[in-house]
Amino acid sequence: MIARILATATTEIHIARRNRWVLIAVLLMVAFSLVLSAAGSAPTGVLGADRLSVVVASLTSLSVYLVPLVALLMSFDAVAGEVERGTLPLLLTYPVARWEILAGKLVAHTAILVVAIVAGYGAAAVVAIAADPAALAGLGALWRLTWTSVLLGAAFLGFGYALSSLARRVSGAAGLAIGLWLGMVVLYDLGLLAAVVADNGGLFTTRIFPVALLANPADAFRLFNLTAAHATAAASGIGGAANAIPQWQSLASIVIWPLVSLVLAAMAFRKGEL
Amino acid sequence: MTSTLTISRLTKAFGGVKALTDVSLAVAPGERVALLGHNGAGKSTLMKVILGLIAPDDGDISVCGAAPGSAQARAQVAYLPENAAFHPALTGLEQITQYMRLRNLNPSGAMELLGRVGLAGAAKRRIGTYSKGMRQRVGLAQALIGQPRLLVLDEPTSGLDPVSRRDFYELLDGLAADGAAILLSSHALTEVEARTDRLLILSGGRMVAQGTLPDLRREAALPVAMHLSAINGYEGDILAALPGAIRVNGALHLTCAQDQKLATLARISTMTDKIADLDVIPPSLEDIYSHFSRRDGQ
Repeated sequence: MIARILATATTEIHIARRNRWVLIAVLLMVAFSLVLSAAGSAPTGVLGADRLSVVVASLTSLSVYLVPLVALLMSFDAVAGEVERGTLPLLLTYPVARWEILAGKLVAHTAILVVAIVAGYGAAAVVAIAADPAALAGLGALWRLTWTSVLLGAAFLGFGYALSSLARRVSGAAGLAIGLWLGMVVLYDLGLLAAVVADNGGLFTTRIFPVALLANPADAFRLFNLTAAHATAAASGIGGAANAIPQWQSLASIVIWPLVSLVLAAMAFRKGEL
Repeated sequence: MTSTLTISRLTKAFGGVKALTDVSLAVAPGERVALLGHNGAGKSTLMKVILGLIAPDDGDISVCGAAPGSAQARAQVAYLPENAAFHPALTGLEQITQYMRLRNLNPSGAMELLGRVGLAGAAKRRIGTYSKGMRQRVGLAQALIGQPRLLVLDEPTSGLDPVSRRDFYELLDGLAADGAAILLSSHALTEVEARTDRLLILSGGRMVAQGTLPDLRREAALPVAMHLSAINGYEGDILAALPGAIRVNGALHLTCAQDQKLATLARISTMTDKIADLDVIPPSLEDIYSHFSRRDGQ
């Protein structure tokens, strides 16, 4: 089982390397992280926080958008691409279970995400610590951000595989992936904000809003990192609501979502004849 | 002897359209069986059912003693799809390495395997740069991995040049000699004739004939053609002696049923002083194939 998963993972890494996905993911993360750490260096004196913690708060806001995007870009082709190239029927005649194929792809894509995230955050941390040795105090927050980013990415890899299995065409899967990203990462928050404003402190704000935040892995990720770092003041918007929700709940959401999305992906991939 | 592959009364329909109707067949260890049929006759569907890629509506199938598509069956079955496709970014070596590892084999033999299909020189190039024939050979190489007990090959020689075809059939002979059962589909009748033990003809989703070529030839009972050239001046005598003979382009053409062949030849042999030459033309493979594939479903 492990051997078969690793065989698929190795192949996927070869493909990602050739297709420049590794390079693209790393460059994206490093470039955006460096830009943010440069831009985020101004307010340190005002907030009294160390420089790295402030950078972590900025990186959190960035990663909410970027990590799901990179994960979906890597995963939307996973099943639909095999179907369209005609490589899937042959693969499925091998003594390998469908979930093992997905697990192999997951291992490879997660590894690439880890490399990209570590490179990006690492670059930002190096810059912050070089400018201000006191920033070492923020390493805990950075570590938290790193592993939660990986879990967030894994959740969206699962979503990507599920959409890829359902669409069975690369173009369709790409459209669904972009739609999902827009919906969950951009429009979801806008919708919640609009509802909170309209509700003006009523039942929605007190009861439904916290649940709605936890129901979205991207929001749970932001919430967890901002409450954990006590850096809510450095963030704007939805972060302000973070204090209302216990930290274990957002942590649970971050941990559970990858499992749920991967189970969904396995279920979507299981059905369907060729 | 237990068959490696047994199918009885298999039926499969796609949305009301019957792709396979009541198909039964068996392939024994060491046997090379060719599956013939027009495009759309159901060859690929039959293969996909055997591989467990699509589920049958009705019928019993046993693949190496297990259900089609079960882990036990897949461990012993190799498949070569029509127009074998691979990820263009992978090299031939990487692709074969993956397939060997999926079969729990040490991938150190991958290079040797590629060498057997003549791809040693291109093993470290991306498959995207390969020609169609080279991709087909990657497909062959993966079908040779391990010691499959059943090989299901969908038009394995399409895209191969004549020399590669001969090499390919030699590989198959070796596998069959080791006890592998081989089911291959083809359009090239003359090619499979000499290289397989038995022929199956599918037409409109039904098995219309199966047997060795002599069996099928007998069963079809197609007429034998004879072409005679007369010595100058004797044409009239011959026409008179052989009712049914006609003059075509200066030669005399005659057809007779299989069981009349010897009697007809005996009559001809009484006129050896009047006949310059004689050709006996048995029904061609194409004739036999058309006979069976038209008999049903059209």
